[in-house]
Amino acid sequence: MGTFRLVVRRLLFLIFVIWAASTITFFIPHLSSRNAIRERFAQLARTGGFAPADLEKIIANMQHQFGLDRPLLQQYGDYLWSVVHLDFGYSLNKYPSTVLDLIAQSLPWTIGLLFVTTILSFVIGNLLGAISAWPKAPTWMRTVATPFVLLTGVPPVLMGVLLIFFVGFKLKLLPLGGAYSVGIVPNWSWGFAWDMLVHQILPALALILGSVGGWVLSMRGMGITIQGEDYVNFAEHKGLGGVVIFRDYYLRNALLPQVTGFALALGTLVTSAIVVEGIFGLPGIGTVLQLAIQSNDFPVIYGIVLFITITVATLMVALEFIYPLLDPRIRQQ
Amino acid sequence: MASIAMTSQAEDRVLQPSQLTLFFRYLRRNKSLAIGLTVLLLLVLFTVFGLIAVNPKHAYPLSAPTKRPPSLEYIFGTDFFGRDLLAAMAVGMWQTAVIGVVAGALGTFIGVVLGFVSAYFGGWIDNIIRGICQILTPIPVLLIQVVVASSLDKRDVTILTMALIVVMLAWMGPTLVIRAQVLTMKERQFVSVAKLSGVSDLGIIFKEILPNLLPFIAAAFVGQVFGAVFASFYLAVLGLGPLREPLLGNIIWAAQGQGAFFNGWWWWPIEPAVAMILILGSLALIIMGLDELANPRVRKSE
Repeated sequence: MGTFRLVVRRLLFLIFVIWAASTITFFIPHLSSRNAIRERFAQLARTGGFAPADLEKIIANMQHQFGLDRPLLQQYGDYLWSVVHLDFGYSLNKYPSTVLDLIAQSLPWTIGLLFVTTILSFVIGNLLGAISAWPKAPTWMRTVATPFVLLTGVPPVLMGVLLIFFVGFKLKLLPLGGAYSVGIVPNWSWGFAWDMLVHQILPALALILGSVGGWVLSMRGMGITIQGEDYVNFAEHKGLGGVVIFRDYYLRNALLPQVTGFALALGTLVTSAIVVEGIFGLPGIGTVLQLAIQSNDFPVIYGIVLFITITVATLMVALEFIYPLLDPRIRQQ
Repeated sequence: MASIAMTSQAEDRVLQPSQLTLFFRYLRRNKSLAIGLTVLLLLVLFTVFGLIAVNPKHAYPLSAPTKRPPSLEYIFGTDFFGRDLLAAMAVGMWQTAVIGVVAGALGTFIGVVLGFVSAYFGGWIDNIIRGICQILTPIPVLLIQVVVASSLDKRDVTILTMALIVVMLAWMGPTLVIRAQVLTMKERQFVSVAKLSGVSDLGIIFKEILPNLLPFIAAAFVGQVFGAVFASFYLAVLGLGPLREPLLGNIIWAAQGQGAFFNGWWWWPIEPAVAMILILGSLALIIMGLDELANPRVRKSE
């Protein structure tokens, strides 16, 4: 019964968070004086040249279609209802395609990059952090972590700029950006797959180098507090081997708070990936967002923001449900 | 803080090192604080002397020949739009500092006030403040800032509005930290003694609790400055900054937009990137150092 109530409470919390996020993304644009449709058509009028009277008619018509002439509260209700359906409306710039279409096209790139880099940096960071706090590890092993700690304050984007400069520009080892070489048509061949992979190395490296240090630091702090614990001393006096103590007594216990930290860091990880994608010109969600910002495509901006917020919040709550699997104490309660 | 009565003779004999010497002695032990402060000081010196030496007008487009690599005449080179990058860097660092300090001070102030109110009065006020913090925590702050910044009219985006956008969703961290500290401090004996001897609520807050919180407030402030610089940098890199200003993130955004690396203009994006790394790196080191100062338990483990 207890678990059931906990699950319900966390799910209610999740719904609350999503409601708060959608309310913010609804009301902030409505508070501003900018009118997305008017700006878009004023821009078109400058290049296309139709009469001002027609312009007003078109704008009024579009406002009616988008439901912008209805009372605010009714719009708010409609908006929440469409969010429930994951319907974020149409893109202003690429009109027939919806925001969800754009997200669906770019999402695989972002997920691929994020998945690989997040897992790699979490594993590498925690291992290095645990080793650097482990008094019996050889000195050279413990100092491996130091350069990563020095990089903690450097955001992945700047790491990206530096990597482009040194590896791509100076050494000419890897491409400067883009998803694949200019002039190649995407196709299903090994050559193209290799080309794509090579273009992903630098962005992935930027994200990994930018986030490993954080894990090293928190894992080291955790490791230091665990060392003094009685059960570690007891295990040592029992004569257990160093590897067993390291793996089962030390890493296992230090890992739990790290999973909490992982859940909290999700938002930062996603936002860094978005900005890094923009810098490297990968066709992921970040680049779509950046293009939308440049072209004032408001439905796309708000849709992507809301979509990512919902995803991150859902993942955070989902991670909490994993705790019982990791921690037998929680399972028994 | 009671002063111990001493005879004037004894006072003469005890040679107290001055505050400054004590500070330097502490810095020798706290390496990360020392390095962080040194780098930050050098950056401040660069900015101040840069602002004196160069004409700030050269930080704006069409004031210099375009696309010159670093040379004796233009030490940092010039960019595609005809900005002298030395001037642009000095002005950009100054603007970054303004955003950081304004947003940092505001965020810390809001956090301290809310944290105090929440912890000291408790009850439903505490529940509301804590609830808002909890609900806002899972929402990626940068994305909400993107919504705010993109909803603004381009003319309304200035250095000051950047600071306000950044601070709008950044007060939760300090609120929770200060709240937790006040909660533990409220139960300490010196507070109970003060309460029993009839000191008012405000008296307890300002005379008893606040002085003990200063290290935490200082750490929260530096953390807020770091967060504000970081967030405004991300917004600017996404093209949401005040586009006319030579803010460091704006320079990188413009350089990427013109394909600086593809065209061989490497100095253009590299210079603001290095400056930003130095700023964020020194702030991160100072945060680590202050952590050690405020939290002696970390010190023990070194």
